[in-house]
Amino acid sequence: MNAIELRGLRREYGERAALRDVGLRLEAGESLAVLGPNGAGKTTLLRVLATLLRPSGGEARVLGARLPDEAWKVRGRIGFLSHEPLLYRDLNGRENLRFHARLHGIERGAIEERISFLLAAVGMERRADDRVAELSAGMRQRLAICRCVLHEPELLLLDEPDSHLDAPGRELARELLGPGEGRTRVVVTHDPERFLPEADKVLRLAVDGSAELTEAALR
Amino acid sequence: MTAEAGPPATPVVPSTVAFRAILGKDLRAELRTLQSLPAMALFAVTTFVIFRFGLDRTSLSGDLAAGVLWATLLFAAILGINRLFVAEREEGGFDAIRLAPIDRTALFAAKAAALLAYLVVLELVVVPVFAIFFLDSAAALAPLALVLLLADLGLAATGTLISSMAVNSRARDLLAPLVLLPLAVPLSIAATGAIEPLLALGGPGYHRFGTWLAVLGLYDLVFLLVGYAVFDFLLED
Repeated sequence: MNAIELRGLRREYGERAALRDVGLRLEAGESLAVLGPNGAGKTTLLRVLATLLRPSGGEARVLGARLPDEAWKVRGRIGFLSHEPLLYRDLNGRENLRFHARLHGIERGAIEERISFLLAAVGMERRADDRVAELSAGMRQRLAICRCVLHEPELLLLDEPDSHLDAPGRELARELLGPGEGRTRVVVTHDPERFLPEADKVLRLAVDGSAELTEAALR
Repeated sequence: MTAEAGPPATPVVPSTVAFRAILGKDLRAELRTLQSLPAMALFAVTTFVIFRFGLDRTSLSGDLAAGVLWATLLFAAILGINRLFVAEREEGGFDAIRLAPIDRTALFAAKAAALLAYLVVLELVVVPVFAIFFLDSAAALAPLALVLLLADLGLAATGTLISSMAVNSRARDLLAPLVLLPLAVPLSIAATGAIEPLLALGGPGYHRFGTWLAVLGLYDLVFLLVGYAVFDFLLED
């Protein structure tokens, strides 16, 4: 089954086209690297796929659901890692994860175990009870990664997942966000050397909103 | 398109679970930071002091007492209303909630409940101060509590709706009161109409009290239903 299928996708902000005629077919379990300069529409594409932005035109299907009309069908099946960690600064890491776990309907009895596992996986057990406002950008990113995979999503939409992470942090993140376990991934990156080897397809976006899809060259 | 029949949608999380999670998060954050309630209470008490010296009166009754009390509470409420969705806007809460398999009206209900809780706590603090400053007797406080609770419910519904619209504007501190105050006119008429006889000189009276309570209840119902009906659309991009 195609996890993502786009035909002639457009997204405009007023007069300016952020995405123009984007076409793409990504099968379940495949990884897509999205490349392009600043302002090329990479984050916009991710937000459209995450159902957070409505397409201005064209056709978009994500996990079999037609966007935007059937967006409700894919909520809870997507893990979205953006520039913002989507964490409340006045709550601590554990409280934030507990909040997201409840919003995603994780069984009350399973929440603490899942959170402890993820915090250990990103090396955040010791700082999990500190308020997010008191954490460094790298630690917030580690917590955001936990939030992104907390509900075991089928599709990961990752916007520069390595931002703010040190070398050990990148390795830990790879365990949770890597291509294994049949998950479909869309990774926006400015670091093609790191992500191209694990990508099945590459989408290059240009500043004028146009897109070019190729099979990954370095795989 | 080849993906005609995708896997079934994630089951929607029960609204009560989402409601409790969002409300609990908001109350926990407020208890930890005290960003809204102390400012609201301080504003209200300061306003009473200004009225006391500005009017040069140690006792108020009837329509003047009702007007001073309600206007002060309404403007103090605006401080809380302005901040109601700030964390959602600035810390990505809107995105997180829109990504979750929940009925978004749970967000409206939880925010309105949080605002209602702020208003009730505010009144528990400042109405006794008002009574000390301006009232000769505390006999009206019990029926006054009923009026204020009904008025708070309407203000919470309207305030939540307006706050969710204004928070995306750079002029949100200006926009929220500009839109809210005209909408609160019927609420203000009914609230002061019910409070006025309660604070009458010589003790509480109940002239048309039931009518004003019914108007307050109707206002609450209308704005709760409007909020339920339109809130989902307000969260779209």
